[in-house]
Amino acid sequence: MSTNEHDRALVDRRLFLKLSGAAGAGVAAGEILGRWPLAGAAAGSGVRVVAVACNHNCGGRCHLKAHIQDGVITRITTDDSPDTAGRPQLRACLKGRALRSRLRNPARLRYPMKRVGQRGEGKFQRISWDQATEFIAAKLKRVVEQHGPSSVYIQYATGDCGAISGHAAAQRLMNLMGGYLARYNSYSSACLSYVAPFVTGYRDTNSYQTLAHSKLIILNGFNPAETIFETNSNYYLARAREAGARVVVIDPRLTETAATFADEWLPLRPTTDAALFVAMAHVLITEKLCNREFLDKYTIGFDEAHMPAGVPAGNSFESYVLGRSDGVEKTPEWAAEITGIEAHAIRNLARAYGTLHPAQLLQGLGPQRHAHGEESVRAGIALACMTGNLGVLGGGWGGGEGGRRLEIPIGGLPTGTNPVKTRIPVFLWTDAIVRGTEMTAGDGVENGPLASNIKFIFNLGSNTLVNQHADVNRTVRILRDEGLVECIVVSDHFLTPSARFADILLPADNSLERADIGVPWSGERYIVFGNKVVEPPFECKHDYWWLSRVAERLGIGEAFTQGKTEEQWLEQIVGDARQRDPGFPSYEELRERGFYRQDPEEYVAFEKEIRDPAGHPFPTPSGKVEIFSRTLYQRNRADIPGVPHYLAAWEGPQDELSRRYPLQCIGPHYKRRTHSTWDEDAWMEEADPQQMWISPRDAAARGIANGDRVKAFNDRGALLTRARVTRRIRPGVVAIPQGAWYTPGKDGVCRRGCVNVLTSQQATPLAHGNAQHTILVEVKKV
Amino acid sequence: MAAAPAQIGFFVDATRCINCKTCEIACKDFNDAPVGRRIRKVRSFEGGEFPAVFAYNLSMSCNHCEQPACVEGCPAGAYSKRAADGIVVHDPEKCIGCRYCTWLCPYGAPQYDAREGRVRKCNLCAGEATPVCVAACPMRAIEVGPLAEIAARPGSTIALRDLPSPQLTGPSIRYRVRKEARA
Repeated sequence: MSTNEHDRALVDRRLFLKLSGAAGAGVAAGEILGRWPLAGAAAGSGVRVVAVACNHNCGGRCHLKAHIQDGVITRITTDDSPDTAGRPQLRACLKGRALRSRLRNPARLRYPMKRVGQRGEGKFQRISWDQATEFIAAKLKRVVEQHGPSSVYIQYATGDCGAISGHAAAQRLMNLMGGYLARYNSYSSACLSYVAPFVTGYRDTNSYQTLAHSKLIILNGFNPAETIFETNSNYYLARAREAGARVVVIDPRLTETAATFADEWLPLRPTTDAALFVAMAHVLITEKLCNREFLDKYTIGFDEAHMPAGVPAGNSFESYVLGRSDGVEKTPEWAAEITGIEAHAIRNLARAYGTLHPAQLLQGLGPQRHAHGEESVRAGIALACMTGNLGVLGGGWGGGEGGRRLEIPIGGLPTGTNPVKTRIPVFLWTDAIVRGTEMTAGDGVENGPLASNIKFIFNLGSNTLVNQHADVNRTVRILRDEGLVECIVVSDHFLTPSARFADILLPADNSLERADIGVPWSGERYIVFGNKVVEPPFECKHDYWWLSRVAERLGIGEAFTQGKTEEQWLEQIVGDARQRDPGFPSYEELRERGFYRQDPEEYVAFEKEIRDPAGHPFPTPSGKVEIFSRTLYQRNRADIPGVPHYLAAWEGPQDELSRRYPLQCIGPHYKRRTHSTWDEDAWMEEADPQQMWISPRDAAARGIANGDRVKAFNDRGALLTRARVTRRIRPGVVAIPQGAWYTPGKDGVCRRGCVNVLTSQQATPLAHGNAQHTILVEVKKV
Repeated sequence: MAAAPAQIGFFVDATRCINCKTCEIACKDFNDAPVGRRIRKVRSFEGGEFPAVFAYNLSMSCNHCEQPACVEGCPAGAYSKRAADGIVVHDPEKCIGCRYCTWLCPYGAPQYDAREGRVRKCNLCAGEATPVCVAACPMRAIEVGPLAEIAARPGSTIALRDLPSPQLTGPSIRYRVRKEARA
């Protein structure tokens, strides 16, 4: 959205407030002379307080309360249960506190619509729900008959993280119709999720309560202050530091996390994390700080004495680090050239990691959204083993944060079984439109080949269709061609960049307008329940509602709904959870309380494998942590090495292209958005406007002053944004927060600053994951 | 003006503040403040030279000063300082929108909105059991209490590199902050 459009939205919103009488409900004139503090002051008379939830896609899920007076939500507050050290309240962040602003936004989609102009032009005509569902049912039937079920693709969607989400309902529908083209990986953690099974057998992480036991905490590209990896992740980090832990942050930016918690900041060049780790391994080996006993007992492939049979000498991690295999010794001086971090700082960090025990290396997901994102994950796990920190309280596995195995046993809408077994890596969905049937196992296709290219897309509560996928300009060229994808169905709250590409555009309800359950993906032991507190406005509907009507038209209505409304499904989900967990509250209790919580626990990932290796071998071919993976080695590819390597990135600092585009550009998460959700919100824009971080050195070289309008560009696209000139970013690097809505002018230049006009669709070698932080750009003042 | 015997003040632990702005938005929601009116605001500061850079954040609303310039300068008598607890109260009903207070306050606390034609500011959430910012902070970094107690806490300071001299108005706020930020 351009500045002008934002201004217009604000004017509209003011008008809306005036008309709805919703303004001025906070402090009434008579209240200001009240006493402070008033013991036990509660909501005033006639005010109902009802539990609601913030269900967007960060690692937390937050408990909120809506204060309702005369049918209007007058306030939002958060958890007010006792706030204790063992059980800190689930306090929402700024976004959860702004739910009223989001709810009131007059730009809300109101009616079902059908495209009338060219696809992507954003011209629509109002239709009825009957017309919409009839169109979708007929089109779906024809596409499935003509191209088969695998021509239907249900887009990666995180806009609605409830238990009865639209994409889950669409999967349920398609499974009753013969299936759909499945996908694997995510845009968050493709490399981590894909490569972890080769090393430790599965992916897991500690709970943040364990930080209190660490003497040293190394945060590599981990910025929970903005990403909110769990509702209380930052609070636990603060407490650990106050308990005496030393905190080192490795990041191209002095992030909010680094600024607050870091005793030391190491501003590394993006894409070079693995070089830093390998050099730390060099120090640990040459200064005899390795825990050989731990390595010998729990791992294979660290040294030549512990290699699988039949592998030629020189292929161990130690041989690589010491340069025995390639003649290049991976010293701190070698890494200093690559990473931009001075050799003595690398030495000091390695010595600290080797001597302060226990120590946690926490990697964020940013480092693995790079060209060779697999390698930093693997190298981090190797370091954790070398220092004996894996599976130890206060230690950590070093691979990557998020998604631990510690969930309250609650399900979602049952989706059924997909009869189509073909799966694509999610990042290659645009390729599956253009050349799906030609894609092979080399593209990461499982159980291929594809029977058809993608012809029909459900994009429900998702901005991946345009905004969050890489290389927006390539994506929109593909989507505009109506000979490729024949039908795109979108549901959303606003006219997002993805919604503009809909053939049928449907107005969705939001989390205050229906009941739903939220489960944090962090694995923290709680779930939240949000009550319906207001009616959906205009003709906004839940995706399940209209998909039921589509199912009816296709003659599978009964099979789809089993006679249940979405709330009846919720009741069943809660009933099932109660079967598995006797402490789980009844549906009525859950509605009243708004959350169910078990006591937080000091959960140590891989604790059982370390405590009892015979009883709990790692689920890998060798039963041990595979620092060397024979499976990967046998791929016989330089970019998929048997042990973790530093591999120079395409569009990295050493790439020839840097002569034309000398700045590395990363797209960090921004606290005012959850990915692209909230970009439309005026409160969030006031708190934190979209802007590009650039160092004073790079700004001065281009005549750029703080606040200047600038253009960032490369061969794939260009955007306009404002410069924030700050010493908090490494010279040679710029940062454009991801999630701003693609808003092209007539010249195709994005006015809002969507970083994905600059990013590349080149996938990582092993995981076929997104490397959206690996790009080179140039910047100029406009 | 003499300090109130039981002056209430803010204690903000800037060594915990992650600049998340939850306090700012919770305050905005409570006060129904339109865009442009920021009754509480988190300001971010940086210093040092790369790579020895530091940054810190200061969450601030009204500091309920011991010698409040707004009370002295308001021609409409919209401001008063309560004798019992020293809270500086602004009564929007009396406010004539002249904006003198916005020029006089060294901290930018009074927030004028042209559409309303009036100023609003932090009245310490009068009527609430706990001020909204205190209850909202995910880092538990904001507290309210007797100024004498707050000022005596370890590390408590108000003389900061990036703030006006506290001698101007005697702000009833104390920070715990990294050493580089101290005046």
